[in-house]
Formats: sequence, structure tokens, C-alpha cells
Amino acid sequence: MRGDPYAPLRPPYAIARPRSSTAALSKGDLQVADPAANAASHPAGDDPSRRDFIHIAAITAAAGAAGAVAWPFIAQMNPSADTLALASVEYDLTKIEPGLQVTINWRGKPLFIRNRTPEQIASAVKDDGASMPDPQPDAERHKDGKANWLVLVGSCTHLGCVPTVGGGDYGGWFCPCHGSHYDTSGRIRKGPAPKNLVVPEYAFLSDTKVKIG
Amino acid sequence: MSGHSTYQPKSGFSRWMDQRLPVGRLVWDSFVDYPTPRNLNYWWTFGAILSLCLGVQILTGIVLAMHYTPSAAAAFSSVEHIMRNVNYGWLIRYMHANGASMFFIAVYLHMLRGLYYGSYKAPREILWILGCVIYGLMMATAFMGYVLPWGQMSFHGAVVITNLLGAFPIVGETITTLLWGGFAVDEPTLKRFFSLHYLLPFMIAGVVILHIWALHVVGQNNPTGVDPKSKADTLPFTPYATVKDGFAVSVFLILFAIFVFYMPNALGHADNYVPANPLVTPSHIVPEWYFLPFYAILRAVPDKLMGVLAMFGAIGCLFALPWLDTSKVRSMRYRPQAKLYFVIFLVVCVILGFCGAKLPDDQVIPGLTTFTLVDSPLNSFVWLSRLATLYYFAYFLVIMPVLGLTEKPLAVPETIATPALSHPATVPAEATAAPEMKG
Repeated sequence: MRGDPYAPLRPPYAIARPRSSTAALSKGDLQVADPAANAASHPAGDDPSRRDFIHIAAITAAAGAAGAVAWPFIAQMNPSADTLALASVEYDLTKIEPGLQVTINWRGKPLFIRNRTPEQIASAVKDDGASMPDPQPDAERHKDGKANWLVLVGSCTHLGCVPTVGGGDYGGWFCPCHGSHYDTSGRIRKGPAPKNLVVPEYAFLSDTKVKIG
Repeated sequence: MSGHSTYQPKSGFSRWMDQRLPVGRLVWDSFVDYPTPRNLNYWWTFGAILSLCLGVQILTGIVLAMHYTPSAAAAFSSVEHIMRNVNYGWLIRYMHANGASMFFIAVYLHMLRGLYYGSYKAPREILWILGCVIYGLMMATAFMGYVLPWGQMSFHGAVVITNLLGAFPIVGETITTLLWGGFAVDEPTLKRFFSLHYLLPFMIAGVVILHIWALHVVGQNNPTGVDPKSKADTLPFTPYATVKDGFAVSVFLILFAIFVFYMPNALGHADNYVPANPLVTPSHIVPEWYFLPFYAILRAVPDKLMGVLAMFGAIGCLFALPWLDTSKVRSMRYRPQAKLYFVIFLVVCVILGFCGAKLPDDQVIPGLTTFTLVDSPLNSFVWLSRLATLYYFAYFLVIMPVLGLTEKPLAVPETIATPALSHPATVPAEATAAPEMKG
């Protein structure tokens, strides 16, 4: 370090100029002009390892700061508090005749509530042993003793289209986008979808009222 | 390629400017004096056409953004407001919507030109990859722009495409939630898509500058694929390329105008004039025409994740092409076998586009039901697209690497000028085809 910071700057690292401008710079030309000045800029103890430490510490701090600044800019893209607050919805089941389905909006997605006929339940139970991409018995897809009520997220597990009720080879749902066939239990049977229609978290508040979410 | 500058500032001001910010020199060196191969054909005019397309999209887009409302409740009606109330709003919107299709027509022809004449080969790898980056940005921009009117196709297109990313194991759901800003495509999704749709064209413009920079470092390829060796092989950019580009741009604008004024909705889908309804998916959902081949590849694979990987892989092949093609000869003009496979590749791309627009289980040849193999109805679009997908990947991953080693190319001319000057039509020696060499 210099004793007097306001002293006129001598160039301690000045490069010895080659005599002729056409002469190529050889390694030997890159000498420090004044060895004394060089020594002054490197007082005892100011060794390279200490400098390395400062460099690494500064770069690490800067990287940490950059990450800390980037975090809110990425996190703002996640669902906001009001979106997260729209969690549950209640529905009165008396409106749904056997064999029919209603579609309601839940968290911006369609939600199917289907009142299955005994034949539809029977056909779902009959296929419990059939080979399917995501095997699951029908009993696991409805609440105990409420086999007629099927509550499903109405998004195809392939790419999120809304399957149409009653379509397809298995009488459950058919997705018009890429041809996935679901059975009357909402299980994937044929087509590109990898999973069964999702059963959301729900509970019966009474025999005729259900709360989803 | 870029030799020393021949720019001569003419006025006092341009001399003063040249010493401070040599913009005039840059323009002169890049677009006036810049040497272009003398044998460039009309396939080399798409650079100018594409620059125009980007300009049109940015200009019309900025105007549309002045009248558009990015909210789930008001987006659809604000687009109708543009169509019905805003002065010339219909014209500007039709220019923007059809401009996107024109942009893709031009970029596909530009890419096929590069494929045919080997414009991706050394030393033009970075130039080619920058082009692929532009294409990727274009697809992202076009996709997000299509969502903005918030019609049925907009909405469910967005649902399908964002769900593609959900196919990735473990991180998939986190990515889609982050992308949507909720549990489904909704208000926050529309708002961020609008913001990004405004941003990306300027990123495209930035990469275009890099693309042109890289082009001017390595120089243009040409139909022979032989690098210019002397001044006899080149012509100055102005007037030769500028006038040719100008003519091609005019022809292109006629096509553009036919669409804008006579068939503005021919390339769109009627369902997008129905406001978005998250509870009902249109019975037949298709992307815009320029995505159809990739959509067909996605549907061709029965597994969700593999389908998504195949779709992205189809684009990924383009990035790797400079190293997949092993042929020493650039231009397919001298590769008769490669030419044949290239034509099949073209047909396959069209077939894929056609399959992408159809329902997968529909019959290709109506009425023929006996054509089945092990319970698989082969007479269906999904099987046709499987076949085409197979060729698409084979072209890049098998044919290109193997053919370069096995085929025997035709004799490649020594220089660009050789075939032109030795042509019978140019036999009289005084009929030199290099006017700039006179005097």
C-alpha cells in the first residue's frame, strides 16, 4: 500500500516499451519498470493467498447476493396468497339425478361429480382385475358406502383437457384431445394418459352435501 | 470474409461522425460493399423477408398492446373491441395474426434452404445454432401470443402445452405451477404470457443481430456450397442483393396481403372466436398450422413422457445437425442420394402436419377396416404419424451420419465462377459476367 494516497501515481507496472514499434513484444519486455515501486506495492504479509481469499470471498458474496435478488423474481411466479386461499368448495348433491354428472369449477379446474347407476358401478367393479396402466380397485375411488358418488378432477392426466362424460370404449369418459379412454371409475384404460383421473380430497358433510378441498 | 473497409466518408459531417461512432461505415461494410456470392438464388432472399416479418410483428404488436386488456375477464372482449371499434384495428390485428403465419412460412423455407444447401456445416455451426435459437424463441412467442385472445383454442392450447412440462418426473408439477401461477391456466397465466409475449420479440431481435454478425464473419453459403475464392466469385450486396431481396419481399407481401384482405381467418380456428371456458374442451383441439408436425410427433408416441421428449427431440435434432451430417460436400446439388432423402423428408414433414390436424383414430383411407396388425388399426392417422415420426428421426440420426460416409458425390466445381463462366451461354470471352471487374 502507498504511504501517501495523493502522491502522483508512478506507474509501478509500466511495461518497458520496445525501442522500435515494429519489434515484437517478447516475454522479457514485460518487466516491471521500477522494482522498488513493486516492492512498495507488495508490503510484507500481502501475499497472493490473502488476495485469493479476498477474491473468493467477494465472488461468493456477490453470487449469494445475486441468488437472493433472483429469488423473489422467481417466487413471484408461484400462486399468490389469494389464489391459494380459494381452496375448498361445497356442493349440494340432491341436484344430480342417477346417471348424470355435474361439472363445477374448483381451483380453476373442472371438477366432476357423477351419480353412477348400479350398472356403471357393476361394470367398474367387474374390471377391477383387468390389466390397466394405473391399476386401482373401484372401492378405492369412492367413499365407503357411497359407491354411486364419484368425485374427480376433470382434467385428463395426459395434457389437461376436459374429458367428455359417457364417451370412449369403456363408457366412462373420453378425452377429445389425444384419445384417452376412462372407464366408469375414472381409471385410464386406453390412450396416452398415464394416470387415473385424480380423486381430490373431499368429505361428505351430510348425505346430500359434499365439501371438496 | 470481412476484408478491410472501403468506406469513404463523403461529407464533413460523416467524416466527423466516422471518428466518433462509425455507424455509416458499419452500414456500408455490411449492406452496401459486402461481398455476396454471385450465384445466390431466390432461396437466399428469406433473410430480408424474415427481417421484414419481425418488423411487422413488432410494429403491429405495439399498436395492439395499446388497445388490448390482459385479463381473463376482459381479454376476449378487448380483442373484439380492437376488431369492431378501434380505427383500422381489424387491419392491424389481421396483419399481426396472419403475420405470424407468414413469419413461419418464411422461416421454414429459410431453414429448408439451409438443410438443402448444407448451410449448417463448418464454419457456419454457430450461425445455424443461433438460427435454431431464433426459431425456438419464435415458437414460444407465437404460442403465448395465441393465448392472449383468451378464446377456447387459446385457453385449451395453453392447457395442453403447459401440461407438456408436467410430464417430467419429480419437477414437472412444480414447473407447471410456477408457469401457471396457480393450479390451472388462469388469470395469472394470461398476464405473464402477455408480458413475455411483449418481451420475446426483442430477444429475437437481439439474437437476429448475433445471427447476422455470425453470417458476416463466415460469409454466406451459396448454391454450390463452394466458398468464394476470388473477387470473380462475389458481387457487392448493393445493388445486387438489395434489389433481389426487394423483389422477393414484394412478391411475399402480395401473398401476405391476399391472406390479410381476402382470407384473414383461413389459418385460424373458428373455436377461438368462442370465449374461453375452462369446463369444456373443444371437441377437436389443434394447434396453429406451424406446430402441427410436432403435435403429430407428440401424439404418435403412446407414452406421455416419451411423447414430450420426442417432440422436444425433434427440435433438438436441428441443433445437433452440424455434427450429425458427416458429408464433406455442403450442397445437395452434388449429393444425388441425399437429395432423394431430402425430398422424402419434405413429404414426411407435410404428412406429419396433415396427421397433426386429424383425429388420431380416424381412418386415413375411409372405409378400409381390414388393414390391421396384432389388434392395431394401421389405417389410422396415429399409425401414419408413427411411420412419419420414425422417418423424421431416422433422417437426422441415421441417414445424415451414414450417407455422408457411404455416398459418392458428384464433382464439385473448383470455384463459384467456374460453372457459370464455362457454361455454353457465356462462351464469348468479352461477355464477362462480372461487371464490377470492368475498368
